[in-house]
Amino acid sequence: MHLVYPAVLSALLFCTGLYGVLARRNAILVLMSVELMLNAVNLNLVAFDVWLSKAARETLHSGQALTLFTITIAAAEIGIGLAIVLAVYRNRGTSDIDRLRDAAEGPDDDPDSGHDSDAAATARAAEKAEATA
Amino acid sequence: MTTTTLAVLVPLLPFLGAAAGLLLGRTAPGFIRPLAVLPTLASLVLAVLVAADQGGGPAVDAATELTPTGSVPVELALHIDGFAALVAVLVAVVAGCVQIYSTGYLRDDPRYSSYAALVSLFTSAMLLVVYSGDLIVLLVGWEIMGICSYFLVGHYWETPEARAASIKAFLVTKLGDVPFLIGLFALATDAGSFRITKVLGAVANGGLHHPTLIALLLLAGVAGKSAQFPLHTWLPDAMAGPTPVSALIHAATMVAAGVYFVARLLPVFQASSAAMVVLAVMAAVTMAGSALAALAQDDIKRVLAYSTIGQLGYMTGALAVGDRDAAVFHLLSHGAFKALLFLAAGVIIHAAGTNSLAAMSRMAGLRDRVPDAYWTMTVALLALAAIPPFSGFFSKESVLGAAEHVATGHTGHAPGPAGWIVLAAGLLTALLTAAYAMRLWLLAFRGQGAEAPEHGRQPLAMNAVLWVLAVPSLAFGGLAFRVLPDWFDGRDLAPTLTTSVLGTGLALVGGIVTYGAWRHTSALAARVPLGAVAAHPEADAGLVEAEAIATHRPAYGDIAYAPDPADPGRLLLGPLHRHAAVGFHLDAVYATLFVRPVQAGASLVRFLDREVVETYVRGAGAVPRLLGAAVRRAQTGNVQTYVSALLAGTVVLAVAAVLLATGA
Amino acid sequence: MTLAAAQHGFLSPTGVEIAFLLVGLATFGAALVTVTTRQLVHAALWLVVTLGGLAVEYLLLTAEFIAWVQVLIYVGSVVVLLLFGLMLTRAPIGRSPDADSGNRWAALAVAVASAAALVWVVVDAFRTTWIDLDGAAAGTTKVTGESLFQNWVLPFEALSVLLLAALVGAIVLSRKAKADAATAAQAREPRGEQAAEEGAR
Repeated sequence: MHLVYPAVLSALLFCTGLYGVLARRNAILVLMSVELMLNAVNLNLVAFDVWLSKAARETLHSGQALTLFTITIAAAEIGIGLAIVLAVYRNRGTSDIDRLRDAAEGPDDDPDSGHDSDAAATARAAEKAEATA
Repeated sequence: MTTTTLAVLVPLLPFLGAAAGLLLGRTAPGFIRPLAVLPTLASLVLAVLVAADQGGGPAVDAATELTPTGSVPVELALHIDGFAALVAVLVAVVAGCVQIYSTGYLRDDPRYSSYAALVSLFTSAMLLVVYSGDLIVLLVGWEIMGICSYFLVGHYWETPEARAASIKAFLVTKLGDVPFLIGLFALATDAGSFRITKVLGAVANGGLHHPTLIALLLLAGVAGKSAQFPLHTWLPDAMAGPTPVSALIHAATMVAAGVYFVARLLPVFQASSAAMVVLAVMAAVTMAGSALAALAQDDIKRVLAYSTIGQLGYMTGALAVGDRDAAVFHLLSHGAFKALLFLAAGVIIHAAGTNSLAAMSRMAGLRDRVPDAYWTMTVALLALAAIPPFSGFFSKESVLGAAEHVATGHTGHAPGPAGWIVLAAGLLTALLTAAYAMRLWLLAFRGQGAEAPEHGRQPLAMNAVLWVLAVPSLAFGGLAFRVLPDWFDGRDLAPTLTTSVLGTGLALVGGIVTYGAWRHTSALAARVPLGAVAAHPEADAGLVEAEAIATHRPAYGDIAYAPDPADPGRLLLGPLHRHAAVGFHLDAVYATLFVRPVQAGASLVRFLDREVVETYVRGAGAVPRLLGAAVRRAQTGNVQTYVSALLAGTVVLAVAAVLLATGA
Repeated sequence: MTLAAAQHGFLSPTGVEIAFLLVGLATFGAALVTVTTRQLVHAALWLVVTLGGLAVEYLLLTAEFIAWVQVLIYVGSVVVLLLFGLMLTRAPIGRSPDADSGNRWAALAVAVASAAALVWVVVDAFRTTWIDLDGAAAGTTKVTGESLFQNWVLPFEALSVLLLAALVGAIVLSRKAKADAATAAQAREPRGEQAAEEGAR
């Protein structure tokens, strides 16, 4: 069999998964897309292992062993990932990735507004002083 | 101990005293007074011992080279001849008197410890200048004096006058010091050494290639330090410092350094007759101008300051006619009586509560309030006016005699015109000196009007010092003029008949005319009330003086001038009075010539900085800020966007790498 | 190799290849539907098809052990877990209009670009490479087991430690959760462990 077929299929699957990771809104769908990408890699590993075990007389079967490991780790990853998604969902009430924007540049970080906030603070203090007086 | 060891200790002791004073000033205030007075007195004793050892014999020379310093070696060298030995004694005497006087004068001053340490450092620097046999070591002392004068003149830095005066003193003397430094380098390059002995040897062998240039460069530094025209303007303003500091600066140390320096290197200046003529003109202008200005001053200390400038003019005049014996003789006697004048003036200011002569002339009984100051000041003023047999007479006559010698062509070591210039200016100044001395005495001690305010008895330390200094003012000249030639170059210092008669006669004329004028004007004094008095019966003299200086401008409209019709100087000078009071507008000329252009340049630079440079700076800040604002938009917080960008970049890089690897 | 390449030119399909191609197309199509469908549960079900298709591909590549592990773990447990997750996060049943974020066009561009780059490189590199599928199968359980326990024992054991860590981590993450979330997290971990055990067998 031509090596190109599994290799191209693997590449296409990988990019499909990539699209899913980048485009999906729900975190669980993103996890599914990650699984797709992992499987694409697995297919690659198996195909090359089969090719090399015949063509290069390679007997370690490293590709298959790594595939097994990948599958195992993927299972662990999906478990942890789901736990995180659930925790986020419990805390935020949503699992939409584009609503988790704590890393965004907030309006409070604007350096120009420092003076304004100071002025506001002094104004507040003045008001307080007047109130106590 | 050898003479060398003793001589090393002389400048070292006040230096150690200054260091200890600065270190212990806060922690051990009880040690401050001993630390100030004792090292100075010890170095006085040592200086006397050094002088006795040297005894006018051949110069003591010692040198050690600490480290190689390049093509022209700098050595720690001593060169003690008769001049050095005697000037050191004078410096130590005046410094000791000033230190003792200061313990009383500034007894309550919170900054006394740093003041005393700085005075010690000043003394040490002057002694270093006096004893040094190496021009660079001399320069070190020279510059330390400059910075110490800055601090000491600015002692009352709370007052704007003192701040301005200290900065002015520093800047003007630095203005002279820059050419001075260049001149020293040029001299050492020509002579191949900084050692004074070698320099003089090179001069004797005709080894100087540019004698005029070197001499004129050095003269600039001397004019700055010794307050000669046209760099004298700092000295009257330096009166804003405490009186003992004025005494120290004007009598023995800073201003004497310039004259002493020229005396040491006189052969260098004699190598250029142009320099000698310049020196003579400088001396003549200084003498006459300062005497006229002194006649118009209202501040008693400014009168003395201008008289210092005039007496220094006599010394440079003596140097201009190539007679350093006379110059140093006048330096010594002037040091004694001028220190006395200043210290006595400090007592008077304390007793009167003002530094204004106009105010003093409306005070009765000031003479009885401070009898010690009265008598000693009378002695010192007579010495200043060169009335025989006071010491000023002999030293001034030696200067006039030397000038007459040169003018009449008896000696060939100085150009004849220089002699005539110095002689004419010297005789004119003798007249004026007697006049302003008389005016000072009359206004200060013969006032009429209300009783002088009570300030309590002056401290013993202050009065005792006055009498100590009165002795040399009275007798030094008469006793020393026969002995000194053995110490110096051996010229005859005895007064000659012609100049004695001329000088004394003119002095008497000046005094009598002033008296007449005073008789004429003093009647006006009662009609025009004037004066402001700082009355602090319990305070020390320093506080009274600081207040008097600070209130002079508000009370009289100017720091040097008072609108007093009862002033005999006003009658004598006529229309000149107003110009003389402000030092012939030299400050205004400087303001026009130098200060305004500099300020204009500064405002231009400020404009360039604010408007041009700062625009770039602001732009440098604004562009990144705009870029940052643009980049901040990308920070959406959406992780998927970030990863998209990351992967897009990765793809581009990977494709580029593949293309590169395949050589496409 | 060159001989093999000479014998088997580009696009000279054998029976295996035709089967691989057809199954591959189905797999790829299922994957596309997985990442584009608006119904979240359907996405999980289409993922089952994709993973099953991949298992068939493994079989066609003679890696039979891995094919069965794929079926067992992915189809059997991972997809079930994902469905659990969807339900626990109250994913809407039916078409949800906002399944894709606003990033989809950028994502599409990146994905297409990287697909083009990868396919171009892979085709360019392996155009004529031939996999010899005759002879002894490369991925029987015997061969894989021998390889795993002769050459890969240490990573295998290290992997069990990793799985243990993941188990503990999932428990800790779900600890403050409601009871059902915690049990769900615990329930899914032994399956991962089980996968490794099966690998050992």
